[in-house]
Amino acid sequence: MNKRLPWLAGGALLGVVTLLAVMIVKPVGVSTQFVILDAIVWDLISPDTIVEMPENAKGYGSENAYLNNGGGKYAANAKNPLNYSFVFVIAMIAGAWLSSLFGGDKATGTRKEMPDVWRKRFGDSKTKRYIATFSAGFFVLFGARLAGGCTSGHMMSGLMQTSLSGYIFTVVAFAVGVPVAILLYRGAGKGELS
Amino acid sequence: MSIFLAIIIGLAFGFTLNRIGATNPQNIINMLRLTDLRLFKAIAFGIGLSSVLLFGAMAIGIIDPAHLSVKSAYIGVALGGAIFGAGFAIGGYCPGTSLGGAAAGRKDALVFIVGGLLGAFAYMLSYGWIKSTFLLDKIAGGKVTLALTPNDKYDAIFSSFSGTILAIVLGVAFMVFALVLPNTLSKGE
Repeated sequence: MNKRLPWLAGGALLGVVTLLAVMIVKPVGVSTQFVILDAIVWDLISPDTIVEMPENAKGYGSENAYLNNGGGKYAANAKNPLNYSFVFVIAMIAGAWLSSLFGGDKATGTRKEMPDVWRKRFGDSKTKRYIATFSAGFFVLFGARLAGGCTSGHMMSGLMQTSLSGYIFTVVAFAVGVPVAILLYRGAGKGELS
Repeated sequence: MSIFLAIIIGLAFGFTLNRIGATNPQNIINMLRLTDLRLFKAIAFGIGLSSVLLFGAMAIGIIDPAHLSVKSAYIGVALGGAIFGAGFAIGGYCPGTSLGGAAAGRKDALVFIVGGLLGAFAYMLSYGWIKSTFLLDKIAGGKVTLALTPNDKYDAIFSSFSGTILAIVLGVAFMVFALVLPNTLSKGE
């Protein structure tokens, strides 16, 4: 139904794109941009969250220790969202959207609210699914920021460079993710292949 | 110029995530349940291929080693990875694929993103305290790789071997692993 690439062709494309990213600019990464968007919104609501701070290497700083971290790089990027990493993530969203318009993966019917495997295991309740995904999102981003990266930064970019941190993150994430998924969705069958 | 490159590379990355099925939580959940490993195989093959090409290209001078960006290893990488893994299994999304999933019309992905923004905010607020604990203590010196890279900023654990050869061996191992792994290991009963 969807023009999903066979795994080998998809893997090769993924490899080439992540290689091009490091060749032309730098390795891909996504989860930091959740912090940048948070900081943009926080600074809009409370305008003194990010201030000019000449003693920081990036010229901006914050009373928040995390935004002030690393010479104020997050503070500076939130003040100037037209930077490489933030625009990369916006373009990534656009790329996924364009692909979905032209025959790629696109949700239809009940799959807009929940995947079949969830429905089979936990029923049709949207509320239940949304409470679960809200909590999952909270855990995933809190965990990714504590770890300093996510699937893109640690797993793909990290393992590509043979980073120790990438190996630690990947091994632990799967060591927890696999048993949690098996237990949580037990009895849901093999599921439709999409 | 860097904004133009961000748009091109971002578009390509988002397109790829969608075409390998990563923007569909069904595929991520079934990957973790071991009932459908095709996405795992694609990711493992992609990592192996990019690693072989990266180290090969650095060795012959096509890729500038200054472009490398090795993240630090510390206790929090393991704890954060565990918290991440649990949420990954429950939701079927990671940060990149939740954004891509929302773009493919998924409302549960939007809810995941809102939860994610709050989770990231909670980390921002707790960072001052986390910094005072052992959680950010470095492991093996922090920014280290297994294979020696041509970038002096990063030490390697196996620095007595040729980094190029070791990385190519590891990369080929990832690709072979992807090729020999069956499409499914479990019936999900």
